Amino acid sequence: MASGSTLNHRPAHRTSVKLVIAGGFGVGKTTLVSAVSEIPPVNTDNWMTEASRTVDPLAVGDAKTTTTVAMDFGRITLAQDLVLYLFGTPGQARFWPMWDDLSRGASGAVVLVDTRRLAISFPAVNYFDADSDVPFVVAVNLFDGQQTHPLEEVRDALRLSGEVPLITCDARDRRSVAGALTAAVSHSLRHSAPGGRPGALAAR
Amino acid sequence: MSGNGQLRGRTAATNPWVRPYVLTSGRTRGHGELLIHALVSAPGYDPQFAATLLPEARALYERACTSTESVAELSAHCGVPLGVTRVLLSDLCSAGRLLVDAPAAASPLDRNLLERVLDGLRQYA
Repeated sequence: MASGSTLNHRPAHRTSVKLVIAGGFGVGKTTLVSAVSEIPPVNTDNWMTEASRTVDPLAVGDAKTTTTVAMDFGRITLAQDLVLYLFGTPGQARFWPMWDDLSRGASGAVVLVDTRRLAISFPAVNYFDADSDVPFVVAVNLFDGQQTHPLEEVRDALRLSGEVPLITCDARDRRSVAGALTAAVSHSLRHSAPGGRPGALAAR
Repeated sequence: MSGNGQLRGRTAATNPWVRPYVLTSGRTRGHGELLIHALVSAPGYDPQFAATLLPEARALYERACTSTESVAELSAHCGVPLGVTRVLLSDLCSAGRLLVDAPAAASPLDRNLLERVLDGLRQYA
């Protein structure tokens, strides 16, 4: 690796981890990332095409006219040598091939759902349920700070197995989002424990 | 990473007719697939080396020399598409000019790692 004569010091070792924030079109992924990121969320739309700059009026889902076309991400420095990245998945179907790339090497995922439009998050739930090794939790985004449906109804509607944690989260609130991320990592930790099923889908 | 003089200055930004993968000699993959959250740093900055690079590679190299950032951040901040960024960063790493922390080397579900993340999140909340 070190071939040049300029390699006289090596920077302190740092490690990065990644969580994926998934969910349908306009469920609040960008809002969630913004709530906790120490950098302004980087939206790759800004460099894919200047013409379609993203506006993200998530507070009123129905009024959403444009959305994140590619991925956006944020960063939290958890310790001097540990950085957590949050990667939001693109909502539109034409960006599906990116999901494998975004999920590769992820330590966990949060699938965000909007109870007013549950169906738009079905593909994300299906993806992590069937096509991915990444442990995930499902978080109901409390758009108006209120829970409109009992969680058990949401679980039934999403056909979520009992082992997938279902939580609520206010994507605008830093502490609430940190709680959701904590739930996701705790769930992943159970998967890494003996008796968990890490790599259960490795043969795919 | 050849400093092809003919292409110098003709970047995607200055010339819309240059397709992104012209910058990578048509390659779409580097030597190993860099994870988007892999951290990239530089052992040192070499201005003479930087001067030999095409603008995109130079931007990535110089950015990585000033701060340790992920592949995705470098891509976004330098305005270089992710796929192209991966190839160019791979080249720079192969040449020993940049260092990549390989988060994939350890399992992303490693217990110690996850416990450290949890500790960090609790302090953060």
